[in-house]
Amino acid sequence: MMEIKAGRLVDPCSTRVTKTGAWRTFVPVVDHEKCIKCSLCEIYCPEGCIHQEDGLFVPDLDYCKGCSVCAHECPRMAISMVLEEK
Amino acid sequence: MERSLLAPGHRACAGCAMPTTIKLVLDAAGPNTIVVSPTGCLEVTTTPFPESAWCVPWIHSLFENASAVASGVEVMMKRRCKDTNVIVIGGDGSTFDIGMGCNSGMFERGHKVLYVCYDNEAYMNTGVQRSGSTPFCAQTTTTPPGSKSSGNPRPKKDMPAIALAHRVPYVATASVAYPVDLRRKVKSALQTNGPSYIQVNAPCITGWTFDAGTMVEIARLAVETGLWPLAEWVNGELTGVKKIRRPKPVQEYLKVQGRYKHLFKKPDGGDIQKEIQTIADKNIAKYKLVD
Amino acid sequence: MTANMKVVEGSYAVAHAVMCCKPDVISAYPITPQTHIVEHLSQMVANGELDSEFLTVDSEFSALSVLVGVSACGGRCYSSTTSQGLALMYEVLYNASGMRLPLVMNVANRAMGAPLNIWNDQQDSVGARDVGWLQIYVEDVQEAVDATLQAYKIAEDESIRTPAMVCMDGFILTHVYEPVELLDKERASAFLPEFRPAKILDPARPMTFGAFADPSTYTEFRYQQFEAQQKALGKIESVAREFQETFNRYYGGLIDSYRADDAEVVIVTMGSVIGTIKDAIDAMRAEGKKVGLVKVRCYRPFPAQALRQALKDASVIAVIEKDVSIGAEAGLVTDLKSSFYNSKLRIPIIGFAAGLGGRDITVKDIRKIVERAEAARKGIESEFEFLDLRWEIL
Repeated sequence: MMEIKAGRLVDPCSTRVTKTGAWRTFVPVVDHEKCIKCSLCEIYCPEGCIHQEDGLFVPDLDYCKGCSVCAHECPRMAISMVLEEK
Repeated sequence: MERSLLAPGHRACAGCAMPTTIKLVLDAAGPNTIVVSPTGCLEVTTTPFPESAWCVPWIHSLFENASAVASGVEVMMKRRCKDTNVIVIGGDGSTFDIGMGCNSGMFERGHKVLYVCYDNEAYMNTGVQRSGSTPFCAQTTTTPPGSKSSGNPRPKKDMPAIALAHRVPYVATASVAYPVDLRRKVKSALQTNGPSYIQVNAPCITGWTFDAGTMVEIARLAVETGLWPLAEWVNGELTGVKKIRRPKPVQEYLKVQGRYKHLFKKPDGGDIQKEIQTIADKNIAKYKLVD
Repeated sequence: MTANMKVVEGSYAVAHAVMCCKPDVISAYPITPQTHIVEHLSQMVANGELDSEFLTVDSEFSALSVLVGVSACGGRCYSSTTSQGLALMYEVLYNASGMRLPLVMNVANRAMGAPLNIWNDQQDSVGARDVGWLQIYVEDVQEAVDATLQAYKIAEDESIRTPAMVCMDGFILTHVYEPVELLDKERASAFLPEFRPAKILDPARPMTFGAFADPSTYTEFRYQQFEAQQKALGKIESVAREFQETFNRYYGGLIDSYRADDAEVVIVTMGSVIGTIKDAIDAMRAEGKKVGLVKVRCYRPFPAQALRQALKDASVIAVIEKDVSIGAEAGLVTDLKSSFYNSKLRIPIIGFAAGLGGRDITVKDIRKIVERAEAARKGIESEFEFLDLRWEIL
C-alpha cells in the first residue's frame, strides 16, 4: 500500500498501483498468427499497456480499459474485442 | 522498468487521445525532460495524489500559467548549465484562451521551451464547454444547438498564426493519428534554439461523442478532409505539409461525431455542411494539400 | 555614522539587501511605487554586481508564476509588487504557499482601486492575509533592509518552507532618502545559508509537483501549512535574535513595544506610522498621559499570545490600521479582538481606519485617537470608525 502523507511530493510512475483493467467490458484478444508486428497497437494504446512479450504483442490486462483502439487500428484485424466474463 | 514515460493506471477515459499524445511526445523527447502542465483533464487524470503517471519530473501550478512556470524552469536549467528539455503539455482551453497572456510572454521572451497543445476543441475537464478552439457549428454544452442556434457561431482561433506572429522559430500542427510525423516534429522542435509550438489534434470521446475504438480514425479523417492540415513552419516559412491524395468530403468526418449530429437534422444543416466544406477547401488551397 | 551607513533611497536600500541575498532569479512587473526597487536591481544585474537572471515579464501574475518554476527547480527567488499587482498575483499566492515554495517578495503597500489611487495604505497585503504567506510589516527603511534578509532565512527553513512578504509602506518608505546601514555582503552570506532543497525538478530524480488532492487528503495539506505558520512564530523570533547577534540591530521578532510597560492607553499598529505615534507618545508622556505603543511586526502568523502578554495591563487599546474589511471592521482589530475573546482579559478594544489612500496621519490625529480611547474606558460608543472623515464632501 502506498504511503499517503500530505505535503509530500508524488513518486514517478506511481499510478501503477491503480489497476484500471477493472473498467473494462470487452477484452482484446490477439490472434498471433495474423499479427505482422507492425506495433501500431502499442503506439496508439492510450494506456501504454500493449507490449511485445517474448516476441508477441500482449495487452496488460491489469490496465487495459477495453477501449478497442488497438482492434480498430490493427491493419490485419488480428485483434478482436470479446465480452469479458468476470 | 517502464517502457513508456507515461505509466498506465492513469484515469483518462477509455479511448482518450490525450495519453497517446503524451506518450508520443515523451517517446521523442526522452527522459532528460521536465514537463509543465496547466490544469485540465491531463492534470487530474495523471496526478491524483498520492499517485502520478509521470515518469519524468512534472509540475502543475495553475490553469493559465504553465508557460510562465516553464519559463522559470528553463531559466534555472540554463543557469545550472543543464541541457534539459522543457516541455509544456496542455489542452486548448489553457493554450488558446486563459493562458494566452503567459504564452505570449514566453514566446516573446524567447525561452527554449516546447509548447505542445493537445487540442480537443473545448473545455472537456469541466464538461465540454466552448473554447476559442471550438470549430464552427460544433455542439458544446455552452453552444448547444436549438431553434436559434446551430452550435458554436465562430470559427476556430488560428493559434499557430498567433505563435508565428511572435516569431516563434518552430511551429507545427500534428495529429495523434500520425505518430511518426508527430515524433519527428517534437524532435525538430526540441532542436530549435528558442520557443516552439506544436498543436496536436486529439479527439475527445466524451466531448465529440464517438465510439471509443474510432479515436484514431476520427483524427485521421480530420486530416484527410482538409479540416486539420498537417503543416510545419521554420523561422516563419511554411516548410512542409502532409499531402492528401484524394480529399474526403467533410460529411465523412462530421457524421461520425455526436457534436455535429444537429447538422444532419436541422433544416439549415446542409448549408452549414457546405460552409464547413468551404473551410476545408480553403485549407486545401492555402496549404496546397493536393498535388 | 558607521562605514556602511549611507543616505540612500529606501528602494535602493532594499534592492541592495536583495543583492546580498543572491537570488538566482528576479521576476517582476512595473507598478508604482514598487518600480524603483526593481529598476535598481536590474541596474545591479546590468553592471555585473549581481549575478541573477532578471526576467521582465508580461504581468505580475506571470512574474510570480515564473518564480514557482524557479523555486521548484531549487532556485532562490525575488519579486516585488504592490496593490493591483498583488491582487493580480492572488491565485499564485495561494499556489506558492500550498506547494511550500519559499518565495520572498517586498510589497510596497498601496491602496486598492476603485477609485484608482497610487498612494500608501495597507489594504493590499492585509487583504491577502489568508493566502498562506508570512507577513512582516516594517517601520522604517533600515528594518525593511534587515527584514528582507531575515525573511529568506525564515521562509527557506526546512521546518517552515513558506513564502514571505516583507511589507513596507509605499512612497513613505520606498521613496524616502534616509541614512541606512547597508548590509555587508559577506556577513549577509554567512547569516543566510544557501538554498539547497532536497527535492527539486530533476530528471535524475523525477518527482511530481502539484498533484491534485481530493477530500481525503486536502485538509491535511492545509493543516500542515497551518502548523508551519505556528512554527514560524518561534522561528521569526529566533532569526531576529540571531540577526541581532550578527548585525547588532533588533526590532522585536513578532511584536515590539514603546513606553508600553505602565501605559493605560496602548496603541496597536503596523508600519511606518509608528514614527509619528512615537513622537505623539513622547509629547503626551511629557504632559503626564500614560500612553504606549505595541507594534505588530509579524501579522501572519498572528502573534496572539505575544500580544495578550504585552497588552494584559492596558486599560484600553486603540488599533490604528490602514485597511478596512468593508462590511465588517478591519483586519488587525478583528484579529486582536478574537485573540482576547477566550482569555481572561477584559480590555476595551476600539479600531480606527486611518491613512487610507495616502492621507497623512498626524500627531494631532494620534492625540484624537487617544482621547477617544480614554473615553471608551467608560463605555464604548463606537467600536470602529474612520478617522478624520471629511463630512463636508460626503
